[in-house]
Amino acid sequence: MIVQAQNIVTAFGDHIVHDGVSFEINKGEIFGILGGSGSGKTTLMRQMILLHRPNQGVLKVLGTDLTNIDSEDAQKLRLRWGVLFQFGALFSSLSILENVMIPLQEYTDLPNSFIEELALLKIQMVGLDKKVADLYPSELSGGMVKRAALARALALDPEILFLDEPTSGLDPASARAFDNLILKLRSLLGITVVMVTHDKDTIAHALDRFIILGDKKIVAQGDYQTLLQSNPSLMKKFME
Amino acid sequence: MAQQDIFTITQSNDAINIKCFGSWSGKNINQFLNFAQSKAVQKDLIIDISQIEFLDTNGAMALLFAQRKAYEKGFSATIIGEDENSSKLLQLCKKHDCTPLPKKSRVKNLKPLTLLGKGVIHSLKLFFAFLSFVGGVCVTFAKTLLNPKNIRFKATLYHLQQNGLYAVPIIAITSFLIGVVIAYQGAVQLKQFGANIFIVEMIGISATRELAPLIAAIVIAGRSASAFTAQIGVMKLTDEIDAMRTMGFRVWEFLVLPRVIALVIAMPLLVVIADGIAIFGGMIIAYSELGITYVEFLDRFRETVAMKHIFIGLFKAPIFGLTIALVGCYRGFQISSNTESVGRYTTVSVVNAIFWVIAFNALFSVVLTEIGL
Repeated sequence: MIVQAQNIVTAFGDHIVHDGVSFEINKGEIFGILGGSGSGKTTLMRQMILLHRPNQGVLKVLGTDLTNIDSEDAQKLRLRWGVLFQFGALFSSLSILENVMIPLQEYTDLPNSFIEELALLKIQMVGLDKKVADLYPSELSGGMVKRAALARALALDPEILFLDEPTSGLDPASARAFDNLILKLRSLLGITVVMVTHDKDTIAHALDRFIILGDKKIVAQGDYQTLLQSNPSLMKKFME
Repeated sequence: MAQQDIFTITQSNDAINIKCFGSWSGKNINQFLNFAQSKAVQKDLIIDISQIEFLDTNGAMALLFAQRKAYEKGFSATIIGEDENSSKLLQLCKKHDCTPLPKKSRVKNLKPLTLLGKGVIHSLKLFFAFLSFVGGVCVTFAKTLLNPKNIRFKATLYHLQQNGLYAVPIIAITSFLIGVVIAYQGAVQLKQFGANIFIVEMIGISATRELAPLIAAIVIAGRSASAFTAQIGVMKLTDEIDAMRTMGFRVWEFLVLPRVIALVIAMPLLVVIADGIAIFGGMIIAYSELGITYVEFLDRFRETVAMKHIFIGLFKAPIFGLTIALVGCYRGFQISSNTESVGRYTTVSVVNAIFWVIAFNALFSVVLTEIGL
């Protein structure tokens, strides 16, 4: 089990977001978190990557309990995942190449020239041109920023990728290319992918399994075909 | 991080056999890279990867790196024992050309005259840009005067509160301390001549005419110029300013004028407070060090300190306020593209604002004294 959540309760002041959310994510799965706006999808993901603490409940990622994690374990855990934020969150004072190189420079003892090769590989793997490497985030379009951010998330070859709306803001062709890239990475490296998404093509073609959040709980979970048959009215809301 | 051994080398007559095993990721391939570059590679390489348990892209790149280095020396390097996944992974890595980009030389023409010329042109450009900014503020102000409905009262009051009212405590403390310090140092000197009572003029004139306005302006420059620059700059980074423009909101009216008007109003009021408190600080020291009672102090103050000194101080205050607000807003609009520029321009804005306040103060000091005020 890569991620295990039991009875997660989250509240912002009086406003309850999750009231007893439980789910599991298996190794090698492409797992989706779906739900309307304000249903706490991103919050749930932020809890998995140690940016937010649930008020109650048990959350385990890669076998480590996040409830009382100490800073050393947290640091170890952080090197095993890669995160793609919705708007990329690239470091604006570094070039794209430097953005992708920096995790490798910090956490490996490889020579700089080889790190540069690795970074250039990641940049091209996500479908960017090599020439982009010298540009700064402010000089790129939204879709390119997203790919560059994915390249950075992949820098350390993580075991889990957390993606927050990876295809939003991409043109349909790039969005499908993005899905294919995710599928390819999963089959080659056995990466587990957890994503928050609204993209109906991604939901239909890339996700193995997903949960749908609504009304503070999980209203449905399973794979696309099963849910299409068991809960057609709910699925219709997402697929139109 | 302790590296595990992930390969063994056996030499045969015509080749070096490298047997790879274990986990090949970015953490532990360094040793292998060192070997691949070393002089030890003097024969063809045969790299057997069939025993590798885990291979990621970083590991695959290391294998290809070894292969490339061997080719460069004129040897062959064969990777054997690929399974389906690792061969796909190697294909993926091979597909892209990852040779490092040529470094752009960052140091350009360093001829001193060229640099000087460029510097001068750059400064002139900035100066004219600032002038046109000031012009823009003046035009907008004139227009809103003709049509006072366009003045954003709410925003102006908000900035008056933020940059005037909330600055009162810090202005009070600094000016009190300034009053105490002048009085204290003055008292020591005046006591030697028995000229105790002249402490009143000393504090009265220096505080109201020069020090209280200057200190208030410097504090406000540090407080508000930085705030204006950062606020406007971040709005620019988040496209809020573009959003306002497309909605037809005039940026000058919405962002610049309220700040400028607020500081022009706030500064004289703050200087009045600073004057009073600095004199109060002086009075306390005059009493404790020189035995001048508060009543004596105030009587002497009314007799000898002319109103003109106080008015000159108050006359300078709105000009300082205007300078600070203009510099703060102007630098804010210069922020672009990245978060680093927010820091840079905020610093520049405070430094500029303080410089101009001191420069204007010096100018006034000389001019007003020359014309006999």
